[in-house]
Amino acid sequence: MKVFDDVGRGTTGFAEYAGGVATLFAESTSFICRLRIRLAETVAQAYFLGVQSVGIVLLTSLFTGMVITLESANQAKSYGASSLVGGAVAYVSSRELGPMLTAVVVAGRAGAAMAAELGSMVVTEQIEALEALGLSPVRMLVVPRLVAMVCTLPLLVILADIVSIFGGMYLAREAAGISYDSFLTSARQFSFFGDYLKGMVKAVFFGIIIVVIACYQGFGVRGGAAGVGKATTGAVVTAIILIFITNFFLSIVLYGTTGAQ
Amino acid sequence: MKLARIEGVTLRYGERVILQNCSLDIEEGAITCLIGLSGSGKSTILRLLNGLRQPDAGRVMVRGVDLSNLRDRQLIDFRRKIGFSFQFGALFDSLTVGDNVAMPLREHTKMSKSEIDRIVLETLDTVGLANARDQMPSQLSGGMVKRAGFARAVVSNPDLVLYDEPTTGLDPVITHVLTDTIKRLRKQLNGTAVVVSHDLESIYAMADYVAMLFEGAIIAYGTVAEVQQSANPIVQQFIQGSEVGPIPI
Repeated sequence: MKVFDDVGRGTTGFAEYAGGVATLFAESTSFICRLRIRLAETVAQAYFLGVQSVGIVLLTSLFTGMVITLESANQAKSYGASSLVGGAVAYVSSRELGPMLTAVVVAGRAGAAMAAELGSMVVTEQIEALEALGLSPVRMLVVPRLVAMVCTLPLLVILADIVSIFGGMYLAREAAGISYDSFLTSARQFSFFGDYLKGMVKAVFFGIIIVVIACYQGFGVRGGAAGVGKATTGAVVTAIILIFITNFFLSIVLYGTTGAQ
Repeated sequence: MKLARIEGVTLRYGERVILQNCSLDIEEGAITCLIGLSGSGKSTILRLLNGLRQPDAGRVMVRGVDLSNLRDRQLIDFRRKIGFSFQFGALFDSLTVGDNVAMPLREHTKMSKSEIDRIVLETLDTVGLANARDQMPSQLSGGMVKRAGFARAVVSNPDLVLYDEPTTGLDPVITHVLTDTIKRLRKQLNGTAVVVSHDLESIYAMADYVAMLFEGAIIAYGTVAEVQQSANPIVQQFIQGSEVGPIPI
């Protein structure tokens, strides 16, 4: 019987969580559709979520591009296929690794910060204070973060794509003697403008996931500092898992099951 | 005349019953103080009065309006007429004291910036914080945080101001200052105040009416003198701070 109890409790908990997240997203979207957006706060959040994430995103994408090259360049050269290396790096970066790794890095940095900040506001009664002042915490806190993230994450992804390709290009020449021209020609041949656009579309979905999960976890904090820590961890872990799952389905939708679209 | 009325309210948090068939009238133009043991539901009553909590049973009426009949949007509008001073101030820590106090005016009115600045400065002056306008909440002492919270609660001239433990944890001098401030603000606004407090000295100094909450219900209500002379042994044990008596420890 305990097993059934656990399953029942788990199912109810999941349904509550999913319902809560969906309601939070719907409420935020309703404010955005009515243009009830606090511009100054949105700009401040764009700076924090976007601009201040540039360094860490560039660093991770640079090394990602270089490691793809490292793994593929010498192999490709030994099979006489060095002209494919640039294409491989650009293809993988634009379609999968650029959007996904950028989202994961931003979830780790900004998602954790958002959950911790909102969680602390719950603990110190600041969220209740907003409600007591007749202000919606969703409009005041979630909407600016959501708009800022949806605007900045796609731009970060483009930056990540570019840096990843350039990192790969540099290492391809240093490690395997593949010229810049050959690398770039291959990159142009195997990746298309549409791939980069679709990567940005993915980033929009990932941005929504990061903000809505982080804010939901933050608002749900109970029990002081320990609760804030738990919410922060929960926000990052849940967001990253959802990013991976969503990426899989978005890849099917955007590129088809053959990946040839 | 009654400004607000809590009628037969029952409220639970999970399995725990906080209020059980609780009724209380709030007189207009008076300071009503709520006393009772820690965790007896005093702060919950404040939250019921501004619609932050909804009762499981019974109803909460403010100016004849049943709060449970209000939709979310109406409830938000309703809360603008009620000031709430939180136990720990609950100032927004990313904003200066001045911006904290200005927030209700910025968000709910179409006043010009200069007009808002003037009202904010006047309100801060009333609570003795005119010089702290540009300071961050983290730079303030405990008493200053509470007073900044008072200023934010009263800046839009609400009909009713709710104070949650305004003097808890403060020294006697600051306690006296805050008690005085609450009385002065009530007079200036010509409004009504409900104060939750454990500080009996302070309550005796400011209350027009006192209500004692015990095990989810109001067991004593009246003027300070009436409650002090109550024959209820629970009330007597509480106000004497005695370990001996019917209150389970």
